[in-house]
Amino acid sequence: MQISMTVNGADVTSEIEPRVLLVHYIREVLGLTGTHWGCDTSNCGTCVVLMDGQPVKSCTVLAAMAAGHDIRTVEGLASGGTLDPVQQGFMEEHGLQCGFCTPGMMLTARALLDKNPHPDDAEIRQAISGQICRCTGYATIVRSVQWAAAHPAGSGLADTDTADTDTAVPDVAAETEDTEVKA
Amino acid sequence: MQIPAPFDYVRATTVENALELLARYGPDSRVVAGGHSLLPMMKLRLSRPEWLIDINDLYELDFILRDGNKLRVGALTRHTTLLESEEVAGLFPIVRDAERVIADPVVRNRGTIGGSLCQADPAEDLSTVCGVLGAEAVIRGPGGERILSMSEFHRGPYETAVGHDELLCELRFGIRPRSGSAYEKVERRVGDWAVGAAGAAVTLAADGTVDDAAVGLTALGLDHPLAGAAAVLRGRHPDEELFAEAGRLAAEACDPVADQRGPVDYKRHLADELTQRVLRRACARAAQMQEG
Repeated sequence: MQISMTVNGADVTSEIEPRVLLVHYIREVLGLTGTHWGCDTSNCGTCVVLMDGQPVKSCTVLAAMAAGHDIRTVEGLASGGTLDPVQQGFMEEHGLQCGFCTPGMMLTARALLDKNPHPDDAEIRQAISGQICRCTGYATIVRSVQWAAAHPAGSGLADTDTADTDTAVPDVAAETEDTEVKA
Repeated sequence: MQIPAPFDYVRATTVENALELLARYGPDSRVVAGGHSLLPMMKLRLSRPEWLIDINDLYELDFILRDGNKLRVGALTRHTTLLESEEVAGLFPIVRDAERVIADPVVRNRGTIGGSLCQADPAEDLSTVCGVLGAEAVIRGPGGERILSMSEFHRGPYETAVGHDELLCELRFGIRPRSGSAYEKVERRVGDWAVGAAGAAVTLAADGTVDDAAVGLTALGLDHPLAGAAAVLRGRHPDEELFAEAGRLAAEACDPVADQRGPVDYKRHLADELTQRVLRRACARAAQMQEG
């Protein structure tokens, strides 16, 4: 079937099997591997992306169900070559060690701050309670989100990854590729 | 990698269209809303529908509406919407109590009240909530609309009265004065299935005695609200002695199974203790509503 959606502001259209999960569509068809694939059972939350601004676990959403919606992945957090304050907060406050849970944590944090610009620690902990960090870094993750809340404009730090090449936008060549599920 | 078996996917545009699709594709089709119970089962190949009918575009089923002495809730209302609704929390505080502990915040963005009730997992919270509140389920099918009580709707683990060609469209909750309700769950961690949970709804008479009451248990082997609870509680003053008696009744009536979440005697203890706690809180809330 053919699906179309917006990913990080770009319109994408692909021919897919209905059973393709959103996480695999994002990673394998669009080539945006910043969205991580973890437990596969909607427990760990590393696959969280924003769907119409709300965090969802992309291992438990079909790509077909996301058709027509606005998807934002970690690659879409930085804009115009400048890191999102949440990304910078994770740098400033050591919000990551191995980095596996980080994309999902940052997207949930972005959605929380969009809704509630000044959350207390309990509200941050509640927001990320469906996401697991096995480096036991929750204290620093909470501090990172608080840093972002205290610096809503960030400090204008350049995103060296995307400043030159726009990797947030899906690879256009991949859009026309047919996908077969490797079950 | 967990991938569902192949299926065909179709998106319903209206309730009428969803019913047409269900009739066309028959028992091998399944309705998907939030998908957070169905998709994991499909990924494990425990469920292998031929057709998946996506009803997420049926915005007509996403509403919370006060209609006279009833609160009407559309089946596609997301858990997050129910949790955040001040109107729901004011009228039926048990709903917010339960929604706080259903799955986790991200899952609650997708999951719906209708999906939870239709999945009818024995550890699912809203069946207990709707049961003690005496909710009505509005089901539409080829023969029109029918309205069932929760005891008719909920038939037990993973089984409801909704036919394969029908769609649960709405829940209706009767609004009663001097009423309060509460829910409490014990779980090992956020998002895990309940070890056990209890819910209670109480209506007080003008003299402060109990006029009506219902107690329900989740994941403790009791499919429907506790039979005889109202008879024991009615006409008596809500006090610790009464709560203890109701707790004993719940512990005797439940039929939990031993599993990795705990042995039978511990779960019976939970039935007793949680029943007392939710009744205490429901009565306090009802008294507050009486004063307010």
